Amino acid sequence: MAKITFDGVEVEVPDGTTILNAARQIGGSIVPPAMCYYTPLKGSGGKCRACLVRVAAGSAKDPRPMPKLVASCVTPVQDGMVVENTTSEQVLNVRKGIVEMLLINHPLDCPVCDQAGECDLQNFAFEHGVSTTRYQEERRTFEKIDIGPLIQLHMTRCILCYRCVYTANQITDNRVHGVLGRGDAAEIGTYIENIIDNDFSGNVIDVCPVGALTDKTFRFKSRVWFTKPVNAHRDCPKCSGNVVLWYKGKDVLRTTARKDQYGEVKEWICNECRFEKKETSDWTIEGPAHIDRSSVISANHYELPVLNQSVVADLPESTQRDLEKNPPLKLGN
Amino acid sequence: MGRKLLTEHINVEGINTFEVYRKHGGYRSVEKALKTMTPDEVVEEVKKSGLRGRGGAGFPTGMKWSFLAKPEGVPRYLVCNADESEPGTFKDRQLMSKLPHLLIEGMITSSYALGANTSYIYIRGELLYVLRILEKAIAEAYAAGFLGKNILGSGYDLDLHVHPGGGAYICGEETALLESLEGKRGNPRNKPPFPAVQGLYARPTVVNNVESIAAVPVIVNEGGDEYAKIGVGRSTGTKLISACGHLNKPGIYEIELGLPVEEFIYSDEYCGGIWKGRELKAVVAGGSSVPILPKELILKTAAGEKRLMTYESLSDGGFVTGTMLGSGGFIAMDETTCIVRNTWNFSRFYHHESCGQCSPCREGTGWMEKVLHRLEHGHGHMEDIDLLVSVAKQIEGNTICPLGEAAAWPVAAAVRHFRHEFEWHVTHAKEAAQPGAVYRANAVLV
Repeated sequence: MAKITFDGVEVEVPDGTTILNAARQIGGSIVPPAMCYYTPLKGSGGKCRACLVRVAAGSAKDPRPMPKLVASCVTPVQDGMVVENTTSEQVLNVRKGIVEMLLINHPLDCPVCDQAGECDLQNFAFEHGVSTTRYQEERRTFEKIDIGPLIQLHMTRCILCYRCVYTANQITDNRVHGVLGRGDAAEIGTYIENIIDNDFSGNVIDVCPVGALTDKTFRFKSRVWFTKPVNAHRDCPKCSGNVVLWYKGKDVLRTTARKDQYGEVKEWICNECRFEKKETSDWTIEGPAHIDRSSVISANHYELPVLNQSVVADLPESTQRDLEKNPPLKLGN
Repeated sequence: MGRKLLTEHINVEGINTFEVYRKHGGYRSVEKALKTMTPDEVVEEVKKSGLRGRGGAGFPTGMKWSFLAKPEGVPRYLVCNADESEPGTFKDRQLMSKLPHLLIEGMITSSYALGANTSYIYIRGELLYVLRILEKAIAEAYAAGFLGKNILGSGYDLDLHVHPGGGAYICGEETALLESLEGKRGNPRNKPPFPAVQGLYARPTVVNNVESIAAVPVIVNEGGDEYAKIGVGRSTGTKLISACGHLNKPGIYEIELGLPVEEFIYSDEYCGGIWKGRELKAVVAGGSSVPILPKELILKTAAGEKRLMTYESLSDGGFVTGTMLGSGGFIAMDETTCIVRNTWNFSRFYHHESCGQCSPCREGTGWMEKVLHRLEHGHGHMEDIDLLVSVAKQIEGNTICPLGEAAAWPVAAAVRHFRHEFEWHVTHAKEAAQPGAVYRANAVLV
């Protein structure tokens, strides 16, 4: 076990845990954002640099600070490590820079993008970015490609997080999906159109943090915040059958896998559940789905947002005193 | 005249064949190491020699070797990084094509020191003719019993392979090189784990530059202490410098570290001064990725001391008034060079060579190139100059591998030392956009 101090909060985690996962054990707003890291996918992370943190002390044995900011999603903890995220001015400034870099070649077509409202890049830019741009050059663009009968790739929006590549490699048996080209000309591709054809290919849509991979059965049907997420399950011979149905009125507009509060899929689902079963009668409804992330979806539907909710059991004394003096604003109850 | 440790026999007829090389004292270090020394003693000699990595970073080679993890029953690898593709650096190509056996000898001795039974030379894909030379030399070494099973009856086995890259600059980064060697896309890996713990095929691996490995036979033959006597302070031994640009005698020179920069540029023994009797304007001292320095700062440090060709002296003053020895790609520019155009050219290279894996480098290199293109072609604004510095800062230190820094440093340094030229490109946009237009100090005063 290793004990680390993250933004002044102590947490004990098993050896080999990454800094990001240690922070997620604490939870709340101090968790670094992650655009490319995805816990279920082996080898993911380290690419977007959104989760950079400052290590103020490397370990108990060697308490020197690390010379550069490190990617918290791939750096394992050491006992006695002291990490600064929101408490470091440097980290916050660098993160602003990362937002800017991710957005310079992004089309910012949120008004017509299906991902808007549940887009990681949108949230990231809103929370950490600046509201203007200094980029006046031409943005790179690509043609839309159908990489399978039910999935469309709009490479212009892609931030090259590689999540879909890992998904395609790790949960399906044939590798037909990879990165072509280099630098800012790099693109996700299958080289041959309409090549992706297997039962779990739809999961690449769920892992995509932006609107680059979209469900062709849902494209332009509705803004996500007008749909109501409902947990449902069915007896599926291929997958667990645990899904979220997104209703508009009586119609099931789309089906997705269930995700945790960090947007990570809990159980992969098959294409039959995702694309074909679009009738309420196909499913056993469990009840409204809880969307944990800071999203317009949860804001408008089932509950009010809970602000400054204290999630940490063992706060340092100074923080505890501060909290008692200024109790967090609680809405809801 | 400085001593030539690596290139002493480089011009001997037929030195690329085994017999001639052997006649000139070749493979002595293999005999000495395998017959009279333990692997640890070889490592100790290299440590004593103070040899520092010749690929650019200048990390002590002996130290790197001693970091190699040695778990029981797990193979270890030595990989020679011959993916030399930095603009301005062309020393390894010459060394390998003229003296292939020197590299092979170094590989055998070094592999013995590290306990590696399989070693690789990862060579840049464009150097196919050098690959052929090396393959021929390796076949000769096998035939002579210096490679293969039970070398010289010592019981030590070594297989040596040459592997060509696909022509990507990024594969000169050690973890990208290992990925490429494994047959994957050449994307740098996240560190930790470092190659010394998990490198090639997730086994402990040492990656060294060609010139570092070629220096090992000399160190073993003459002794680490003897080698350390050459040079100044912590910069020991000799270094190959590939000099190019506006010089009377561009080429590859083996210098003793500690040679004054002024002597290197102007003496007839080395570069012989600036061509056509022109004035020196700026120097990029260690390959395109190190900061550019104006004449005043390359000849003398900010404190007024003579600048020497050593790791320490060149980096004196940090990046504010210093630079780096880097890989020894010495680019001299005379007064007719447009610094903005040159910076744009470097920037274009890094834009083209970024692997596209992490966002600051992927997007930032392209951004810098576009802004520099605009400035060079007369469409720039004053704010663009600060924008360049700011973008360079956003890339630097925030990327997976050092390519980000390599792209950011030249731009930041060019603006730092030649801001007036960038400003001239904005204020005299039309003039500056003409082909061959160069800022002249007196032209601005008019």
